[in-house]
Formats: sequence, C-alpha cells, structure tokens
Amino acid sequence: MADVTRIEIATRAGFADSRGLSVARAIRDHLGVAVGAVRTRDVYHVEPALPPADAARVAAEFAGPVARLGAVGRVEDGPFDVAVSVGFKPGVTDPVGKSARVAIEDLLGRRLGHPGAVYASRLYLLSGVGRDEASRIATRLLANEVIERISVQTHAEWLASPPDLATPRVAEHAPRPTAAVPLLGLDQAALARLSREKLLALSVEELEAVRDFFAAAAGTPRRRAAGLGAAPTDVELECLAQTWSEHCKHKIFNADITYREPGRPPEEIHSLFKRYIRGTTSAVDEAIVAREGKSWLVSVFHDNAGVIAATEAYHLVFKVETHNSPSALDPYGGAITGIVGVNRDPFGTGLGADLLSNVWGYCFGPPSFQGALPPGLLHPRRVREGVHHGVIDGGNQSGIPYGRGWEFFDDRYLGKPLVYCGTVGRMPAVTAGRPTHVKLARPGDRIVMVGGRIGKDGIHGATFSSAELTEESPVQAVQIGDPITQKMMFDFLLEARDRGLYSAITDDGAGGLSSSVGEMARQPGGACLDLTGAPLKYQGLAPWEILVSEAQERMTLAVPPAQLPALLELARAREVEATDLGAFTDDGHLEVRFGGEVVALLPLDFLHEGDPALRIEAEWIPPSHPAAAPQPQPADGAAGAAQLAGLLGRDNLRSSELLSRTYDHEVKGLTVVKPWVGVHRDVPSDASVFMVAHDALPHGYAVAEAVFPTYSDHDAHAMAQAGVDLAVRRVVAAGARTDRIAALDNYCWPDPLPGASNPDARHKAAQLVRASKGLSEICLAYGVPLISGKDSMKNDAVVGGRRISIPPTLLASTIAIVPDVRRAVTLEAAVVGEVLLLVGDTRQELGGTEWAAARGLAGGEVPRCRPAEFWPRYEAVGKAIRDELVVAAHAVGRGGLATALFLMARASGLGLGVSLTMAPVAPGTSWDGLLYGETPGRLLLACRPERMDRLRRQLGQVPHAVIGSFTASPRLKISLGDASLVDAPVDDLTRAWKREGGAA
Amino acid sequence: MSAPVRVLVPVGFGFNCEDETAAAFRMVGAEVDLVHLTDLFAGRAPRPIPGYQVLAFVGGFSYGDHVASGFVAATRVRAHLQAGLSAFLAGGGRVLGICNGFQVLVRLGLLPGPDAGPPDFAPRAALTNNDRLGYRDAWVRLGVDRRSTCVWTRGLSTLEVPARHGEGKFVLESEQALAHLEHRGQVAFRYLDPAGQPTEAWPHNPNGSARGVAGVTDATGRILGLMPHPDAFLYPWHHPDYARRRKELEAQEPGGLAIFRAGVTGI
Repeated sequence: MADVTRIEIATRAGFADSRGLSVARAIRDHLGVAVGAVRTRDVYHVEPALPPADAARVAAEFAGPVARLGAVGRVEDGPFDVAVSVGFKPGVTDPVGKSARVAIEDLLGRRLGHPGAVYASRLYLLSGVGRDEASRIATRLLANEVIERISVQTHAEWLASPPDLATPRVAEHAPRPTAAVPLLGLDQAALARLSREKLLALSVEELEAVRDFFAAAAGTPRRRAAGLGAAPTDVELECLAQTWSEHCKHKIFNADITYREPGRPPEEIHSLFKRYIRGTTSAVDEAIVAREGKSWLVSVFHDNAGVIAATEAYHLVFKVETHNSPSALDPYGGAITGIVGVNRDPFGTGLGADLLSNVWGYCFGPPSFQGALPPGLLHPRRVREGVHHGVIDGGNQSGIPYGRGWEFFDDRYLGKPLVYCGTVGRMPAVTAGRPTHVKLARPGDRIVMVGGRIGKDGIHGATFSSAELTEESPVQAVQIGDPITQKMMFDFLLEARDRGLYSAITDDGAGGLSSSVGEMARQPGGACLDLTGAPLKYQGLAPWEILVSEAQERMTLAVPPAQLPALLELARAREVEATDLGAFTDDGHLEVRFGGEVVALLPLDFLHEGDPALRIEAEWIPPSHPAAAPQPQPADGAAGAAQLAGLLGRDNLRSSELLSRTYDHEVKGLTVVKPWVGVHRDVPSDASVFMVAHDALPHGYAVAEAVFPTYSDHDAHAMAQAGVDLAVRRVVAAGARTDRIAALDNYCWPDPLPGASNPDARHKAAQLVRASKGLSEICLAYGVPLISGKDSMKNDAVVGGRRISIPPTLLASTIAIVPDVRRAVTLEAAVVGEVLLLVGDTRQELGGTEWAAARGLAGGEVPRCRPAEFWPRYEAVGKAIRDELVVAAHAVGRGGLATALFLMARASGLGLGVSLTMAPVAPGTSWDGLLYGETPGRLLLACRPERMDRLRRQLGQVPHAVIGSFTASPRLKISLGDASLVDAPVDDLTRAWKREGGAA
Repeated sequence: MSAPVRVLVPVGFGFNCEDETAAAFRMVGAEVDLVHLTDLFAGRAPRPIPGYQVLAFVGGFSYGDHVASGFVAATRVRAHLQAGLSAFLAGGGRVLGICNGFQVLVRLGLLPGPDAGPPDFAPRAALTNNDRLGYRDAWVRLGVDRRSTCVWTRGLSTLEVPARHGEGKFVLESEQALAHLEHRGQVAFRYLDPAGQPTEAWPHNPNGSARGVAGVTDATGRILGLMPHPDAFLYPWHHPDYARRRKELEAQEPGGLAIFRAGVTGI
C-alpha cells in the first residue's frame, strides 16, 4: 500500500462548477463532440500519508465552508460515464502542489516527513461519451502529453478500483560520475555524429576547435594538477556547447557575410550586429552627446537589458524576448516561461530593476485553420489558447500589468508560432550609494544561487525528443515557469539590493549556471564554481546536468564575503533558498568542482572567444511582383461599407478586447493610457502610457510596437522600416518627447544557413542583411537608438518532409519619455465639430497589405518609408501635441486610412464625415490605394476648430490636409470627389469588427 | 492636528498591490509600514499588530491562488497571527481587504464574521470562480449601501473603480443568509448597471454575485472587504475617460481615494 493520502475537492450541489461548464463548452465547440455534463475535481496526493484525523481536517479546510466539498479518497456524487485524470509527469514543476504543501504544514503545525511532497491533479467526470471518445478529448483538449499523464476509466472501472494513489515521484538514483569525452582521432563524420547524439548543436568546425584546444592544453601544469587530460570532460564539452550555442552567442549576427545583389559588387559584412545594431546606436549616442552635452543612454548592449534615463531619480529598463520553440511543444508552459523568463532580464540588469509593465505579441496560424494539419503540430487555435493562458497567468500572478498586446495571423506560423514577451523595469539611479546600472563583481565575491532548485528541466532546450519521456526519466527540455516562486524571490532580492548585499546579479536562463557564472566571471576574471552543494529537486543529476539545467526561477549573485551572512540570513527569513556555490577569482579560468574534484577547467578567453567565426553567403534576387489588378470603385457608400466591414472582421484587424481584458493592465496603479481606450474602452490605443513611480509624478513613459511580416514577401528592408516607423509614430501620437525615443529589435527568422531541406538559405540570409540595413538607416534618420534586442534564427518546422518557414519577422518596440502623463493624448476626440487633419502623403502602395490579402491581390508596390521626409513631420506633430493644439492623434497602420478613420470614430463615440478629395497623394494613387494602402508616415490629428489655423501654421511645409470633422450623426462617411466610398453607421462596422450579431 | 494614523500593510507571498495601496494611505495623510509577513510571523515588525490602527490586506495572487483564492495565505495568517489580530480588533482596529485581501479576510472568517461578539475565525462565505470563467480587468460602477454602518464608506454614494479578478463571486450557504446580511447593512458595495440599479449581469457585474454583491463589511462596520480596486483610482488620470473628461474628473476626488480617506477619518 502506497504511503499516500488522496484528497478530492468537488463543487457542492447547487453551486456552479464553472470550470466544468467551460470545458463542456470547449468540447462541443472545438471538438464537435456532443458531450453531456462535465464535472471537475481537484485532487491532491500527499506523501507520506497523513493520519486520518489530519487528512479529514485538510480535506475540510481545502474545500472551505460553502461552495465545495472535500473528502479523503473520493467524493461520491452521482453518475458519470468516464473519469479522466490529468496530472503532471515526474519532475515537472507543480506550483499548486508546492503551495498546498505550505498550507498543510501551517495547518497541522508540523513539517511533512520525507519526501514531504504534495502532487496536484485534475479529474474530469464526463457524461455522454465512451472511453475512446474520452481519450481523444483528453489528448486533444484536457492535457498535454509532453508534460502531463492521463488516465481514463469508465464508470464501471472506477467503481471496481480503489482510489488511485499513484504519484509522479521521481525515481532517485546515485549521480552519474563525470566522464572524459575523447575527441582525438575523430574524423569529421565522427564529430558530426557526436554532436548529434549528445545534442550539442556544435558544428564540425567548432568541435575541431574544441578537440585541438584540449590537445594543446593537455600538458599545462594546471590541467595536469587537476587530473585532466587531452579529452574534455562531459562538463567542459556541455559548457562550451551552451556558451557557443546560437541562442547564447548569436553566431549568425556575428558572422562574416558576403552579400550580393544584382548590379552591385559583392559586399563583405563583418558582423551584422556590430555594423547595423551597435554601430547605429553608437552613432545616435554620439549625436545625442553632441546636441545635449550628455547622453540619456545609461547602459546598452553589455547587460541583460537596455537602460535609459527617465528622471533624476529613476532609469527605465526594457527587454523583449521570444520563446517560440517551447511554446510550439507546450503552449501554456512555453509561454508562461517566456514571460516570467523575460522578467528576469530587467531584474538581472545592473543590480536589478523593479518590474513595471509587460508587453506581449504573438504570430500564429489562423485559429480557424481548416486544412490538413501536418503530423506533430498542434492546431493553431490550441496553441493560441495555451499561449494566452500562460502569459496571462505569468503576468497576473507576478503582479505586473501588461501595456501592449497584439496578434498577427498567417498560415506560415503553423509550424512555429512566435511568442514575443517583454518587460519594462525601473531602477533607482542610485542604490545603497552605488549606481544601480553597474555590476561590480570582484575576485573573492561569493557565487550565490538564489531561488528554485535544479532539476533536469530544460536540459538541451528544444532538441529533445518526447519519445524519451517516460515515467522513469524526469521530463527534460520542458521548463514551466512558476510566477509565485519567482515573485517571492524578487521580493527578497529587492530588499537585498536596497541593503547593498550583493555586487552583481544575473539571471539563470538559457544554459543555466554555465551561462550565468561563465558570463559574470568575465568582470572579475575567473570563477571557481563548486556544484557539490547545489540544491537539487531530486538526486541523480550528473555534474554537467547541474551546470546546464535551465530549471526556472533562479538568479545568480556575486556577494562580497562580508555581506554573505546577512544575505543568507535574509533569504532564510523570507523562505527563499540561497546557496553559496564558490567564489569569483582572477585566474582567467572557469573552474568547476564536484565532490572535491575538478570536473571542468576552461580558460575564459577560449570559453568566450574560442569559437571559429561563421561564414554566410547571402544573395538578394528581388522578387518580381506585377502591378496589382485595378479594383472597381464601390457602387455606393453602402457597398463600400460592406468592403470595409469585411476587412475589419479579418483576423489581423478584428477587435481582441475581450480576450485582452483577461490580462491585468493596471496593477501597480501606474497605468494612464490603457491598452484599450475610447468611449466604449474597446479601441486599441496607439501607445500605452504609464507613470514612472508614485513618487515621480507627473513623469511617464510610453510604449508601442509594430510588426509587418507580410512585407517580407516583397522586401525585408521595407518590412523592417515599416515596423520601426509605426512603432515610433505611435509614441509620437501619444505625446512622447520625440528626442527621447528608444527602440528594441527582435528578429525572428527562418534558418539562413544552408542545409539539405533549405534550398533558399541564401535568400533568407539576404533578407536578414536587408532588414538590418533598413533598420539601421531609419534609426539613424530618426535619431532612435537600439537599446536592446534579440534574435531567434531557426523558425522552421520540417514535418512530413515539408519545410514550413515563417516570413522574416522583425518586431520593433519603442519606449519613450512622456514629460507629463496628464498631457498624453489618445485617438479619442472629445466633442462634435472637432476637425480632422491627415498628415502625410499617400502613395500607391498595396503590396503586402491587409487589403491585398483580403482581395487576393498578389502584386503591387510594398509600402516604403522615406525616413528623411517623415522625421520632420513627427517633430512638428510632437510639438503641436505639446503645445496642446491637438485633442486626438492616431498613427495610420495596418488596414490603412479607412481602418484608422473607423477606429477614431468608434473611440470618440461620434460620427465622422470625411472627404479625401484634398488629401495629399502621389500621382497614380487609386481609390483603394488611398483608402486601404498602408503608406507609412501618416497621422490623423483632431483639433478644435478655433485652433486649426495655428495648428496648420505650425505644420508648415509638412504635407497635410483638413479632411473632415466629427459629427453627431453616428455614421462613418468617406467620400472622394463626388463619389461616396463608405457610408455606414459606426455601430454596424463595429459589429463586423467584433464579429457580433452573425457577422462572419 | 492629531498624530497620523498608523497603517500596517503586510507584504510578500505574492500579494502585489502594496505600492498603490501605500500611496493611497499616504495621500490621505496616514503613515504606512510595509512589513513582510515572515517578519510579522517572527515578531520582527516595527511594532506589534495592535500598535497599528489600520490593517490592509492588499490585492495580488498570494501563493498563486492555489487550492483556492487567498487560501494558503489565510491559512498561514491564522496559524501565526490569530492572537495578534484578535487583540488588534478588540482595540478597535480597522481592516481593509481589497481583492485578494478580501478573499483572505473571507477565508480567515473575519468577513462577514459573527453577528455579534469577538471574531471567531470561522469562515461563513466563499469567493468562487466568476460565472464567466477567467480573469477580467474592466472598470465597474459600485453603489454604496446607505444603511451600512461601515466606517470605510461614510459619505460615499457611488464610485467607479476597476474590477480585476477571476474568483470574485460572493456566495453564502443560502439565499436567507444573504438576505440576513443585507438586512443588517453588511453588503457595503453592489455592482450597478448603467441605470444605477444593482445587477447580477455581466459585464457590469463581472462575476455573477447574487444581488450584485461587490463588497462586505462585518457586524462592527470596521472591517471592509471588496473585490474591485479602490487603490486603482487615486488620481484623475487613472480614469479611462480622462482623455475626454479631464476637467470634470480633475474637479472631484477620485472615488477610490475617497474610501481610503473615509477609512482613516474619525480615528
């Protein structure tokens, strides 16, 4: 008999089991199964077993007095047809079980004996389905078999068997010893096999460099003294593989590239990053210093996130990351790890930042996808639901509001969804007498790991095979973020930061301790890391596994020896685990010890600089796009309104307000312009505006972003610039300072390296070059520095012999200073009679637009930025907003002018009468080019009639026109010459946009 | 001018609205100590709990709302602080619980509490899943029960604040129990529809609470718990209509702040 107590919690009769109702609805709606009632229960397995009286008390307390019923063993209530139990596999993070244990121990006033574990699971009691149908429901909806185990019982089987007492306890065994991995004498084929079998993801050239290094190092006295020879240990090899991984090293962005395009000599580029990213920011920084005497860029590129000055007292920190591959496998777990993982970037910057707001953005396959789904891929609807749920839980439970959220849909994201998550932080300029943005790890400082315990989670990241997951082997490669454990760690760390108890901090993310300690060691000049006392979730990890585990919720500190007792004491008091794992040194080596032996000895210069540079061939052959077929002008305003309604209801433009409200957007009390604005609070704001701190009124910041993946089908240069331009234009429209805008670049690319199933790698590489050139050109023209970024370069799925590559996608995010949050503007006009101006000319640019996608138009010119022309417009608009000449402003984006006009009317709760006859246009612009083209650089401004002349004088030479005014009559009317292009009640368009009332 | 009111705000364990709650109390002239719950448990707070006049359990996700919202934190508070809380309440202390803090007070049995006598720490109600499953952040309109003797709502009639929760449906054992509570004036706040009437209908009532219950006070009127967040409407520019109704909003005290002002008045 297992030494386990099982506790079940059910909904009491007469109270709604809303989770059961929701599951039943999903089974009917998404799977088309006519299931009857669904009831749900929470199940807890407590190990070791509790005495009967204690167990009964725990069951009663867990249930509470009113709505729920608890029992030891099973709750007996009524018939059902099939019971489906869903619980975690061994070794998977179980935050609910962890919290339940804390409650039981305080409830009973004693610690649970060994192993002292509580395992949470869910039980679904289904009626109206048979066993096979229930199994299908379980795998397709209720559980994710990558991380969860399922058991299915018919009612008869359920009655005939005792309550299930099985737990996912990890079978522990003695740790495997460190082993040498001989490389000498291995030829290229053997090295390639080794890399594949050990999931090292190192190229043959890299393994040759490793082999040759150790062959040469074998004789050194230090290596001999450590008992190490000519073969690297598995610890050394794994540590190098992590440090040299594309994820950590950005080899492609640092590669030597030969770029070719027709009619030009080949161009040699030594590192895209150095030339186009860091080079751009250096140039912008120099221009800032030349203009202002000093720079507001506080810390860029050398830390976990970029830092800019906000007020005298505070800096702002911003970082955006992606977590794509894990989210494809386990949407919920991958996404929650994405958001709580990126939280650790601002937190690991300088001495650490308070976290202020999150941003998220996702690229998915269409949720209504009906085609044949390649095997091994989850349906995009399920990916979407899981990802949202994960980031919602991660953000909400951490107490961080979201500022921005968006989705983009395209078939090509079926194979690999993109999950962007970012976090804005705030650090005091000075903490405990030191500048907060500076890390200062010194030789002799202790290496202290804080937070969660180490398990096999996340070892070897995305290359794992789910076939290896068995009841015996803990789940590898899947990390699941636990926001509550992390929140408690952050609370502790902020106290420690403010008391000056550590000198440097960084996060344990990709590569685990090998990356964090390896990276921190560069400042003092070495580290001696002893893994013997590292806290483990369960026994049996080899030293190399401890070193590279990506178990979540961990940070590594450098702690001066004099502060160590105080730091450890504070950790104990806050119930946060902190462990001394050795010391930083200045001997130029990363030395790793385990059980009294040296298991790795790596010179830092080899670890960080020893990998051979990558060479990439890039060739740009411009795709030819014939001019799009002219579209007939609508017969009347009603016909035109139907066209607009159809466009507004498309996946990429429709309102997602309802879904977005499941994310908190105002915890912390700093949110001013919320993500959803307008009379009905259902129109997305151009930029969200936050206060910096309750004690820094009225200072604020604005955040925005933009992404135009389909433009890459024409030219990634245009794609990159359109994103930056709109992200910049949006913070300008919110009233931010035009001389205090910073940007982040997040590249998600299909693999640009040649391979058997990748015939167009050179083209993808050329797109990367062109996007980087475009990014650099526009940032230089706008004076916008790139303060942080990230690249994810392997966004392909090869399934059933078919490669699905994402369109090259560059997310541009902006953060800008708002001097007084009370003067921020939105796209809401306040009263009837306010005048609408269009700033910026329109060209015939329909290529890659939403209109082109809706009409099935393949050709046309892609929207292109003219940075030198656009920037003076933004400066003029920014000044007009600061001078309070503008009551509302909106940047025209996806869906073009018609969409923008609808959004302004809806937000204002008014009608809008517009004539485009006088709108500035380039010759050759058609009616649909004007209405639905996505020419960048345009803004809509609303102003009071009496201020119009002054506004127009200030706009001066900037191309603009008065195009209409807000009306009491609640219709959107757009005309061109004598023709009515759109005429419809705003409410009708709104229903289409929300897909309400039968609108498709 | 008397000495400032002393407010204790316990922090840690996943509570996360301490900054705005502290800002609110400071804006109405109180002195606030943010004290980690582990320090309260270990007796390391600047003063014992009865040394404060107001105790505020803030919003957040204590222990991730695992098992049930507020459950783990309430279990720990009862295990370690019951005596201190009893002494604090016996001395006339006032308590505010917002959102997760309200859930903790209900789990602790402090709300709605016994009809008479000292607190018995026996839970009588629950805050369960919203009828529409899941979290929702949207502003709501609240009506104050004029019969209520609650010290936190004196002088208030209606206010707008955001509701931000997934488990906010207030349930009692029976309809009679709810009628009893209403009759005693212990239903301090109700969700209102646009016509100003109490509502059970989404979205104006985000969770489906019977009779629109949004907040509850105890028999003494000194303990208040509510699901919506008064700590989220402290400045005029918190209001979602600020861009269009700036002058009007700047002319009035923000509704959330008014609750904090009432709560520290008359001590």
